Amino acid sequence: MTYAVAFQELTLGYDRHPAVRQLDGEVADGSLTAVVGPNGAGKSTLLKGMTGALRPLAGRVDFGTCTRSDIAYLPQQSDIDQSFPITVVDLVAVGLWSEIGGFFGLRAALRARVDDAISAVGLTGFESRPVGSLSGGQLQRALFARLLLQDARLVLLDEPFTAIDAKTMVDLLGVVQRWHGEGRTVITVLHDAETVREHFPETLILARDLVAHGPTAEVLTAANQFRARQMCEACVGPPHDCGRHAS
Amino acid sequence: MWEALVQPFAEFGFMRRALLGCIAISVGATPVGVFLLLRRMSLTGDAMAHAILPGAAVGYLVAGLSLGAMTIGGLLAGIAVALLSGFVTRVTALREDASLAAFYLISLALGVLIVSTRGSNVDLMHVLFGTVLALNNSALILLCSIASITLLALALLFRPLVLECADPQFLRAVSRLSAVTHFTFLALVVLNLVGGFHALGTLMVVGIMIVPAAAARFWAISIGGLILAAVTIAVAASVCGLLVSYHFGLPSGPAIILAAGLAYGLSLTFGPTGSFAARVHPYRHADA
Repeated sequence: MTYAVAFQELTLGYDRHPAVRQLDGEVADGSLTAVVGPNGAGKSTLLKGMTGALRPLAGRVDFGTCTRSDIAYLPQQSDIDQSFPITVVDLVAVGLWSEIGGFFGLRAALRARVDDAISAVGLTGFESRPVGSLSGGQLQRALFARLLLQDARLVLLDEPFTAIDAKTMVDLLGVVQRWHGEGRTVITVLHDAETVREHFPETLILARDLVAHGPTAEVLTAANQFRARQMCEACVGPPHDCGRHAS
Repeated sequence: MWEALVQPFAEFGFMRRALLGCIAISVGATPVGVFLLLRRMSLTGDAMAHAILPGAAVGYLVAGLSLGAMTIGGLLAGIAVALLSGFVTRVTALREDASLAAFYLISLALGVLIVSTRGSNVDLMHVLFGTVLALNNSALILLCSIASITLLALALLFRPLVLECADPQFLRAVSRLSAVTHFTFLALVVLNLVGGFHALGTLMVVGIMIVPAAAARFWAISIGGLILAAVTIAVAASVCGLLVSYHFGLPSGPAIILAAGLAYGLSLTFGPTGSFAARVHPYRHADA
């Protein structure tokens, strides 16, 4: 089986303090993978490393045949300045960046695709609304519409269902399932184990070090989750060899 | 009334030149101010305005009150401070606001020292407060050129700049324009401050950049609307400030910024979006 992304002794961190250590493994092309782990386990850091926003302290990320434009990334909501005066359609339309770039306008055909994406996430009628007036769930729908337009082979989602209502979560999970059905590779950071068990066939458990990676039914066990918590708690102290030998 | 409003401009060439210079600064610097405000970098404009002082002072030492020398000196000093503070932020634990503050304060002290040890108080006042009523052709050409370059650059970089402000992580993920956009924007800030200081001085020029932009926040919600409102307020403040300065014998630069300040006060009290009045009567528009 070909891989969409492979980690080779990947170490990521900030100010030379590792947040993800010596990660090895592959995410299969077309798979739907949840990345889980306690707070501070390095989940968001891993995604940032995969986008190129964070350079590895050691090791590398190999994207195989994927290029930069084949990757779409949805950060946590807090990274977006909602007070900035742009409308929903402006926010969504930049999903077409690979076609319009920084300088070209939206032709009628492209505008129709923007409208289709907005409709697909249930935001029709909100096109002219300022982003600042949207609820958390509506903003997340708009960001999913932007991802739809990016038409990426590899989709990275960082806690996409946090602080949104149940209906929105169900709708957006439907979008994720649709991507999976289309053969795209989706990697999602999640906290809720039940959501992972129900909707994500593959799971990667992280606690700075890799705890386990494989089919969700085999990997997302109480023992592995307990081990991940122990490893993270052991890392609260000095950053030496904490938690590597927790069992 | 007509005489009071029009006669000064009709009769005196220096008033027309001052007005044209202020309009050029308003058209160029105010849109930059809107983006500074939206990026929560209002105080960066103030810091950069101080940072250009030693460059202008060295230009003055080399060539006297030469437009070209002081402009080039100011540009080099401003860009050096912007790059140095950015470099320090990237290679040390210091945040950008702290490193910028350190560099601009050092720069300001150096500039004042150079001007005051080698020039007169009049020269220092010229650099700090400008001479809007003594703009010559070269200065007007410089101001109009800077306004044109600024509008062209903002038009070209509009989408990346908006994205750099609203969702910088997304811009970095999809494009390599993030750094180009950031540094081009900083260069525009420096360029407009350097151009503007000939008219309004290093202390006052940041006022025409930021105060109208802050006032516009209470009149518009879209970026285009904010820029239009800010430029309109800046031009109106320029006209009012120059007239007050003419009729009451007051210094022009502070009069212009105070007129913009008055517009800011009226805007935050009566403006239709986010003002005191709008908060007291949030649904007033529904009755209309």
